[in-house]
Amino acid sequence: MKALKKYLDKIKPNFEEGGKLHWLYSTYDAFETFLFVPNTTSKTGVHIHDARDSKRTMIIVILALVPALLVGMYNVGLQHYMAVGQDVTLLTRFVYGLIAMLPLIVVSYVVGLGIEFAMAQVKKEEVAEGYLVSGMLIPMIVPIDTPLWMVAIAVAFSVIFAKEVFGGTGYNIFNVALIARAFLFFSYPTKMSGDQVWVRTADTFGMGGGTVIDGYSGATPLGQIATTDAGGFGEFAFRGITGQSLSISDMFFGFIPGSVGEVSTFAILLGALILIVTGVGSWKTMLSVFLGGLVAALLVNSFAQNAMMEMPVYYHFLLGGFAFGAVFMATDPVTSARTEKGKWIFGFFIGLLAVAIRVFNPGYPEGMMLAILFMNAFAPLIDFYVIDANIKRRAKRAAAANAI
Amino acid sequence: MALSNKTKAALLGPLNKNNPVIVQVLGICSALAVTSKLEPSLVMAVAVTVVLALANVIISMLRKTIPNRIRIIVQLVVIAALVTIVSEVLKAYAYDVNKQLSVFVGLIVTNCILMGRLEAFALGNGPWPSFLDGIGNGLGYGWILVVVGFFRELLGSGELLGYRVIPQFMYDAGYANNGLMMLAPMALLLVAVIIWVHRARNRELYEETN
Repeated sequence: MKALKKYLDKIKPNFEEGGKLHWLYSTYDAFETFLFVPNTTSKTGVHIHDARDSKRTMIIVILALVPALLVGMYNVGLQHYMAVGQDVTLLTRFVYGLIAMLPLIVVSYVVGLGIEFAMAQVKKEEVAEGYLVSGMLIPMIVPIDTPLWMVAIAVAFSVIFAKEVFGGTGYNIFNVALIARAFLFFSYPTKMSGDQVWVRTADTFGMGGGTVIDGYSGATPLGQIATTDAGGFGEFAFRGITGQSLSISDMFFGFIPGSVGEVSTFAILLGALILIVTGVGSWKTMLSVFLGGLVAALLVNSFAQNAMMEMPVYYHFLLGGFAFGAVFMATDPVTSARTEKGKWIFGFFIGLLAVAIRVFNPGYPEGMMLAILFMNAFAPLIDFYVIDANIKRRAKRAAAANAI
Repeated sequence: MALSNKTKAALLGPLNKNNPVIVQVLGICSALAVTSKLEPSLVMAVAVTVVLALANVIISMLRKTIPNRIRIIVQLVVIAALVTIVSEVLKAYAYDVNKQLSVFVGLIVTNCILMGRLEAFALGNGPWPSFLDGIGNGLGYGWILVVVGFFRELLGSGELLGYRVIPQFMYDAGYANNGLMMLAPMALLLVAVIIWVHRARNRELYEETN
């Protein structure tokens, strides 16, 4: 650590005004502050300082994502070797998932950070740290078989049009990772939904080749129940990709087809624990998303017409991106409501809308993305009215006190 | 035939620094609605240019006889008559395009650019400058539509004017058409990008920020 710091200090003059590499100062500054907490602080205004600046906050979110990422990678391998009917060791499955996932992560970071660094360099600003988390989220919420060039385009689109044009990190209205996914979803629907994309059946860099076994179906559980012709939930059974029945624990631990981040509710809850304990993510937002989902699911259960409407509420929480969205997307500090009361309202409607979209719109078996993006647009309005109500309440109290 | 500076400004201004779509932000509705393909964009551009130029000339010739209090009604009657003629011509000679444009040919009547030019220019200028102003504004509106239509058709369906331009080997290599280009939000974004580039090249158009 000491040596690294010394090295950074030694090369610093090159990047300062007058140095031969001064045009790369933003890049140098980004790496220096990424590695070490800067020892300068704001000089004006009233601030309370601790060691946790936004780069440290971002790293905690990445840490919280790691359990879901690891289980998701393992699951990619698991689903693949089930599809080709080979029995392999746990490690082989994980390695397969790792090398299938790595290109997505690399493309996401190279394109996204490339644009961020270039923008910062041109505008002579510090490189903002916002993309560290978005860059990890994007590969985790797209199907494993998404072509890399599509990921690159979506990342470029969302970084430029969802973030930079609004003024960069901290000014965006919509969640950058979800905009990338929404772009892919509406641009290339055949690559982003349906039952062909969630399980990689081909080999990856020559690893795990084989032919797909008979009776294979790559539909996700939510996709299955959205398209089933079973009369009610009682007659319906979730099937794995080889036709085996899926238990609740399969869904909880993440051994179902789906995108890498969303499959394991267990790993997501671990991440939620990290976020809540460190105070990075708001437990109010997370809890209220689940509350909203609960209310909506109970409501539609009470007048159920088909299997999807009859589906008990815990399936809504276990399947699809519900938990992942609640923990990692809804709590995005930039795009969610910022007032404490506002967080309850914001989260509640996300849960409500997500379940409503799932149940009432057969075209979108997954409603979490649209629900969060929709509520992102309303977050400033919610904050405005929460603050306004508070001002009115206090004005009334002051008026009552003055009247005496 | 040399043009004076004023008539030159009337003709060429709307193409660039006084563009009705990207500077005055008028006529956005039809720019989003008809530009999913290049052909309807072209037809719409021509239709609006013709209607605007003729309406400008007619109103300009009548400008001294129209009573001020009913001028909007007179303008509307003139525009509506011209739009009806254009619509009938399209139905007779370009039926398929007419179907694609559907209601938007009729809605040229309500295009803000038309009323705007009649009010702002034709009522105060002679027929010849008004004619040039109409042509200029029609083309200024038209080139935005054509550019948006070009990119939407190229990226959205891989075609131009109905002919396939993106070769098959690209599709075989994994390329896919962008479905979002076919939806209206992308037209809005494309117009925004044109505005972005245009403002970047014309610093005097920057709005005051506070």
